[in-house]
Amino acid sequence: MRVMAQMSMIMNLDKCIGCHTCSVTCKQVWTNRTGVEYAWFNNVETRPGIGYPREYENQEKWKGGWVLGKRGRLQLKAGGRLKKLSQIFNNPNLPQIDDYYEPWTYDYDMLTTAPAGTQSPVARPKSLLTGQNMDIKWSGNWDDNLGGSQETAAQDPILATMSEHVKMEFEETFMFYLPRICEHCLNPACVAACPSGAMYKREEDGIVLVDEDGCRGWRMCVSACPYKKVYFNHKTGKAEKCTLCYPLIEQGKPTICSETCVGRLRYLGLMLYDADAVLAAASIENDQDLLDAQRACFLDPFDPEVIAAAKAEGMADDWIEAAQNSPIYKLISEYEIALPLHPEYRTMPMVWYIPPLSPVVDVVSNSGSDGEDARTLFAAIDKLRIPVEYLAGLFSAGDVVPVELSLRKLAAMRAYMRDLNLGNEPDERIPNAVGMTGESIQAMYRLLAIAKYEDRYVIPKAHVETARELEELGCSLDTDGGPGMGGPGAAGHSGPYGNTVGMPLGATVDNYNEMTGRASPTAPTTPGRVNLLNWNGGGVPKGMFPPVADAGSAA
Amino acid sequence: MTAWDYLLWVAFPYAASGVFVVGHLLRYRYDQFGWTSRSSQTYENRLLRWGSPMFHYGILMVIGGHVVGLFIPKPWLEFFGVTEHLYHLGATWLGTFAAVLTVAGLTILIYRRRLTKRVLLVTTVMDKVMYVFLASTILFGTTATVLYQIFGGGYDYRGSISPWIRSLYSFQPDPALMSDVPFFFQLHVLTATTLFLLWPFTRLVHVFSAPLGYLVRPYVVYRSRDDPRGAGSRAPRRGWEKSESPLERLRK
Repeated sequence: MRVMAQMSMIMNLDKCIGCHTCSVTCKQVWTNRTGVEYAWFNNVETRPGIGYPREYENQEKWKGGWVLGKRGRLQLKAGGRLKKLSQIFNNPNLPQIDDYYEPWTYDYDMLTTAPAGTQSPVARPKSLLTGQNMDIKWSGNWDDNLGGSQETAAQDPILATMSEHVKMEFEETFMFYLPRICEHCLNPACVAACPSGAMYKREEDGIVLVDEDGCRGWRMCVSACPYKKVYFNHKTGKAEKCTLCYPLIEQGKPTICSETCVGRLRYLGLMLYDADAVLAAASIENDQDLLDAQRACFLDPFDPEVIAAAKAEGMADDWIEAAQNSPIYKLISEYEIALPLHPEYRTMPMVWYIPPLSPVVDVVSNSGSDGEDARTLFAAIDKLRIPVEYLAGLFSAGDVVPVELSLRKLAAMRAYMRDLNLGNEPDERIPNAVGMTGESIQAMYRLLAIAKYEDRYVIPKAHVETARELEELGCSLDTDGGPGMGGPGAAGHSGPYGNTVGMPLGATVDNYNEMTGRASPTAPTTPGRVNLLNWNGGGVPKGMFPPVADAGSAA
Repeated sequence: MTAWDYLLWVAFPYAASGVFVVGHLLRYRYDQFGWTSRSSQTYENRLLRWGSPMFHYGILMVIGGHVVGLFIPKPWLEFFGVTEHLYHLGATWLGTFAAVLTVAGLTILIYRRRLTKRVLLVTTVMDKVMYVFLASTILFGTTATVLYQIFGGGYDYRGSISPWIRSLYSFQPDPALMSDVPFFFQLHVLTATTLFLLWPFTRLVHVFSAPLGYLVRPYVVYRSRDDPRGAGSRAPRRGWEKSESPLERLRK
């Protein structure tokens, strides 16, 4: 057993309103540069739809991900090492920039500099590749909200595999949003395909990164990623991808897409897994067994054996604690409602999704039935083959059972919590019907519906203690034997201004936990007396104000 | 033997070799980020699909031929039973095949670079200079082969050009060997030498990144955040080291 930690994400699709705030903030932070204008490390697709880049899920066309070879050995779908090297001069599976879209800007200058005339001036779209006028025919979310889907949705690779014919007519359709980032897979095909060895998975947190100095621009990663989440910067000639905002993650902060998500639907946390088990799990023969195989790779962070093994690997205690408190572990392993996107690509993706119940609820409510009644919802999940089969095509290689199970749990939560909120006697049969208890349903409700910031993001800081200490260093004279030795910066030491109050706090507040730490009172080192000169701003310590004589009269 | 002979066949090749070696070392040290093939495949693939493999496989064969012809002395090959006649046949016909592949590929590539607007706009000045010398080297070499080897009586460059090159590398340069070489061979040698001079400053550096290590490394690469190589692939440069406390430094 080789215990490794993976920083993972889960998105609760029921809460996604398709506002693209995640995409926009991600773009502002990472890809507002020449060469990656067309790249969206985070994008939001409307499903059913053909996605971005167009038809990226059609692996017969793009040859992304892994397949099982003749002798049951896992190999890249585009071919073995020799074949890949022989294709290095021209990657036959590389998407063209037009498969994403031709980036453009507008001739804004025209609006202010055009001479006065009878017509209002117009800002025409100009291609960012050629600088010439262009007609915009496609973009990153051209079929947003099913716009134009009557023409394009038929090319949706998931719809094509479904047994039933889906009418893309306005009244009969269903839709939901699918935000996507890099999956930071446990068995990343992009890393395996990089001829230069410039892509790697970080040992500490599993984040998949491109070494921009080592990248030689062979483009094999772009085509090997079945999610098409590695982009070729056509200006620098290097590959770029979602970094899971590692500079933020290292400081214990959530990624920019998570932080700015207005629906608060993203969860970040650690998942412990057995790195030695990954290859065997990804080599399971049947596509539909891959979900369970991947779940079996995950380790129980409460298991003493796992904890011992993790410590033997040098994992810090606060990381193990974070893995125990991880919302990801709860949603994947405890409640079993989160599912991976396209497990059949065999990359062992680590951004999972809670499938949306809303298509089912919408149909039930529109038909005049009670959209919050457990039995109605259970029946609808069984009956509404089209949305369920479609979700199964996305999240479980076409196996409807895990999707149904997940949806039934969401439906049970909906019905059970309504009773509670209305003050009715909660019906324990509802949680029991989905193998849960009222207690666990309520805990799940707190995580999914209340979704407090500190519950959604449980991110341990990277261990760079010495560097951080330096950053927070108060006084450069405050060294051993130095003139400022034992100044107010040193905790518990007596300085020229008397005793300090509590532990010194950092000069910068980096995350939520530190902020709450600062807002809560700190104990003075000399009880009963506070020297305001040394007060570190941490709340209101005892003794700062004279005691209130009578609680009643003070009001 | 004039001063020109010394200049063209001794000074210039040595200068070019020096720039080639030192230029590559410096660029590798200081411009890892710029070390790429700068592919334009995402802009245009219809022509590149044919042109690029044709050119690259062609030029690899050409390079192989040059190594055999220039660096392996005649007697060595004869020891292995490769007679003058056999060598001439092989060099001319295999060489012609490789040349056709290379020239056709290069033609497609230059046509594409010039006439595809997207590709033209990302072509740098250095790219254009490099294209001139690359194309003229290939062109003069092909012309020489066609003129002297196919339609002419056959010129034994293994008696003049090859020993001259080896004389350079044994540091006993003999420019006299080059003075009577046919004109197009001379031109070919001169443009090629200029190309080597320019090489480290062009995108041609990608040749030295041929990823042969891919064949033997494990599929999934793990790297630690605290990799001694720093965040990137190289050691931090002077003045850019990570900050560390004085105590930490003492402990080392």
